[in-house]
Amino acid sequence: MSPGDVGEAITRAHHEEWARVVAALARQFGDLDVAEEATAEAFAVAVQRWPDEGAPPNPGGWLTTTARRKALDRVRREKKRDDKEAAAQMMYDAPPDAVGPVDDERLRLIFTCCHPALAPEARVALTLRMVGGLTVPEIARAFLVQDTAMSQRITRAKGKIKTARIPYRVPSEEDLPGRVSGVLAVLYLVFNEGYLASGPDTDPVRHELTAEAIRLTRLVRDLMPHDGEVAGLLALMLLTEARRPARVSASGELVTLDEQDRGAWDAGMIAEGHRLVRERLATGQPPGRYQVLAAINAVHTSAAEVQATDWSQIVALYDQLVRLDPSPIVALNRAVAIGELDGPEVALAIVGRLRDDLDGYHAYSATRADMLRRLGRTEEARAAYDRAIALAGNTAETAYLTRRRDQLG
Amino acid sequence: MQYLVSVIVGTDDHATSDEMSNIDEFNSGLRADGHWVFAGGLGSPTTATVIDGRDGAAILTDGPFVETKEWLSGFWIIEAEDLDVALKLAAAGSQACNRRVEVRPFL
Repeated sequence: MSPGDVGEAITRAHHEEWARVVAALARQFGDLDVAEEATAEAFAVAVQRWPDEGAPPNPGGWLTTTARRKALDRVRREKKRDDKEAAAQMMYDAPPDAVGPVDDERLRLIFTCCHPALAPEARVALTLRMVGGLTVPEIARAFLVQDTAMSQRITRAKGKIKTARIPYRVPSEEDLPGRVSGVLAVLYLVFNEGYLASGPDTDPVRHELTAEAIRLTRLVRDLMPHDGEVAGLLALMLLTEARRPARVSASGELVTLDEQDRGAWDAGMIAEGHRLVRERLATGQPPGRYQVLAAINAVHTSAAEVQATDWSQIVALYDQLVRLDPSPIVALNRAVAIGELDGPEVALAIVGRLRDDLDGYHAYSATRADMLRRLGRTEEARAAYDRAIALAGNTAETAYLTRRRDQLG
Repeated sequence: MQYLVSVIVGTDDHATSDEMSNIDEFNSGLRADGHWVFAGGLGSPTTATVIDGRDGAAILTDGPFVETKEWLSGFWIIEAEDLDVALKLAAAGSQACNRRVEVRPFL
């Protein structure tokens, strides 16, 4: 086996087996900390031994066995724990498979990491570490915080899970919808941070985060294939990610949808996204928020050129979305679509009504600026661009807005 | 596993009779389902005395150990198998007493 093959085998095992190994150990030892550490050690042993011995025929089994041995070593080392705690631990481990509506070790892990009693940023970090297998420095870099701060965030969350006894299980049927939407919110947050990375010195798109979010959403979909919103979120991510190659110009400037080279879009992802959207439509069930967002993106990506966009369809979908999610940001996006259908004057009036809610949001000013520019109200447009530039956090977006402002003449 | 469910308030208002009867009903449920350990209401922080007995002779100080804008007006100690169960009970308790509550595990 060549070094390249071994490297590939380890990468593949890391992608396919990490969450499974952590989940199996967490279940057995009732302790995320032990599970995480032992899994990391098992992969370290693999990196050391596989190049000489070759990758084992069943990498997942090999890694689980190795990790289990490491975990047992650690538990033995720590045996000095007092009896009371040991007894409590036993009780915690005791309840046999309380089989929920869906049962997979990894799913338990995801629900535990996304528990609503944890802070949102801790849920994101914990999910990327425990389920995604990203290292703490990788996660810290992705969210622009110091390694030590990220490490503390994760340690604190693990401590709360253990001490407050956040259960390690798939929620009951009645709690499931709410908890699934919590998991999806975490995955969408990871995706968005990758797609519209903030920070003046960061890459405008952080592919490692968008790719990881898609991978984890695929995993959740494998585990819950009949959940419409899971399918919707996966479709939404695919249809958004498909446009990534066309979204930032060679000079690092944001390219808006109407100016993108549609030939550069990823046809495979678009086809998969469209397939998912059609599949959901075929069920006839009322769609949730992610499914409607995916449908909007499906309409956009169905048009071979921007002139062919079916704006009335998009406005209709936004009308539907407003009913599900009456947030001012959705109203703003709906106004953009109305601007394409009924012209900038109508849209500007709608946007103006959102001022109290969105005045500090860069996209509000950017949208106003664009409409004012199209109406030839140059001075007002300039002021709106200035404000949008001051508020925007993404480097490519700032570059785009600056050029647009400077072209006003 | 036991959890402390503390009731958080920012005024000295006592529970109304409606709130009292809701709390009684909630407590009956806790007892019936085996979650009840203990519960009680507390006097306001102005009735607190701080005692320092570390050096033998106790030194008494009037008032709470720290002045805050919000304080505890009462608490439950409940028995629950995990945090999900505790959180559900706490949510029902919060609704019954019409106040915010905080859940903390006993070690």
